[in-house]
Amino acid sequence: MKPFEYIEPHSVEEALLFLNQFGNETKILAGGTILLLQMKSQKITPRYVVNIMNISGLDRIEYNEKEGMTIGSLATIANLEDSFILRDRLSILHQAARELGTQQIKNIATLGGNLCNASPAAEMAPALIALGASAKLVSLSGERVVKLEDFFVGPGKSVLKTGEMLIEVQVPHPPPGSKGIYLKHAFRKKLEMANVGIAVLADFNEKEKFIKDVLIVLGAVASIPKRALEAEALAKGKKMDGELLERVALLASEESSPIDEVWASAEYKREMVKVFVERAFDQILSLDGYRV
Amino acid sequence: MKHLIRLTVNGTDYDLLVDPRKTLLNVIRTDLGLMGTKSGCNTGACGACTVIMDGKAVNSCLILAVQANGKKILTIEGLGNGEKLHPLQEAFIRHGAIQCGYCTPGMILSAKALLDKNSNPDGIEIREAIAGNLCRCTGYLSIIEAIKAVSKDRKMGQGSLNGT
Repeated sequence: MKPFEYIEPHSVEEALLFLNQFGNETKILAGGTILLLQMKSQKITPRYVVNIMNISGLDRIEYNEKEGMTIGSLATIANLEDSFILRDRLSILHQAARELGTQQIKNIATLGGNLCNASPAAEMAPALIALGASAKLVSLSGERVVKLEDFFVGPGKSVLKTGEMLIEVQVPHPPPGSKGIYLKHAFRKKLEMANVGIAVLADFNEKEKFIKDVLIVLGAVASIPKRALEAEALAKGKKMDGELLERVALLASEESSPIDEVWASAEYKREMVKVFVERAFDQILSLDGYRV
Repeated sequence: MKHLIRLTVNGTDYDLLVDPRKTLLNVIRTDLGLMGTKSGCNTGACGACTVIMDGKAVNSCLILAVQANGKKILTIEGLGNGEKLHPLQEAFIRHGAIQCGYCTPGMILSAKALLDKNSNPDGIEIREAIAGNLCRCTGYLSIIEAIKAVSKDRKMGQGSLNGT
């Protein structure tokens, strides 16, 4: 690791004042499970490292009948996994937290870190995008709320500006009766980042059993976590049967643009998108006999 | 600039002046001379460096010592009392869950963190709790058996896990 100066603010204001002045040469440290790896390999060599974990109040997980769930950016992945309210209300997000990594990693990695690192494989992103979640960003000049769907720009890049900090994630209520699932493909399940991560959230017409609305979000198979818009459009308004499902999954796979990696080729990952989209729908449909 | 930190390791307070680049693993091994915590991959993949920090299993190679300021750390040296082994250590020996021994300290601490939270884990919960600890010798089954045995003994009122 290259030398750096270590800073420990105790309030958001204090952190923002520092970021406002030295943001260009600074890396924010939360859990550090990704940052430390990047610093050890000298992939990045920040002059300042600002540890925000001692800012209190940013790790809340709150549920509100009106607005839904608010999750502080410093909530750890283990906090999310251990949250009964998350398990009961937003099981799709709970599944993603469960899948994220080993217990040791989950105990220190934070939701904010997972998102701000902006990895195309960011484990929490597909489920949050499917849920229509937003990120609250603050800077000295005020705050703004950005839909997570619009948060990611490219590998390692988000809309976060210098001097800005993610402080919470807002997750609205999913439509009542909707069903969601997050599936991850990885060889060493609990450790690796996803080769492919698929989140599907579907809202059904209960009487007629057709799909009123559906979001299909692909993780790790494009430069950013992204929705498979054409596949969604094809599925919308229809009853799902085997033939349609095959076409939806194929379309989603065509909308992905994975890259070759040592552990999985682009071709393999594209195939896995198909398999996992099918599997996700299969599991959702089997929940309530919606499969035609 | 170095930073003054306080770590409580195995019940003893240490005030240390550390370079912010030093990991917690580094400080435990080189500054405190506690060699039970092993250095493996240094990337959070193998779990050999696992310690318990404020009740939770963590990879000490992925935490800066300055981040651990004010925290309570338990390393393998803090289990047992020099005369008597901790029930998990006993069970690992009894079940042949140790071969080369390199993964053992981390494995036992991951198991302890699990049992402290969930005194009666099922097989899947045990597997998930130690999924971050690689063992290249045992094939894991004997390790899982050892952990199961401790939770069973504990349920029957034998072997306190607090006997540290």
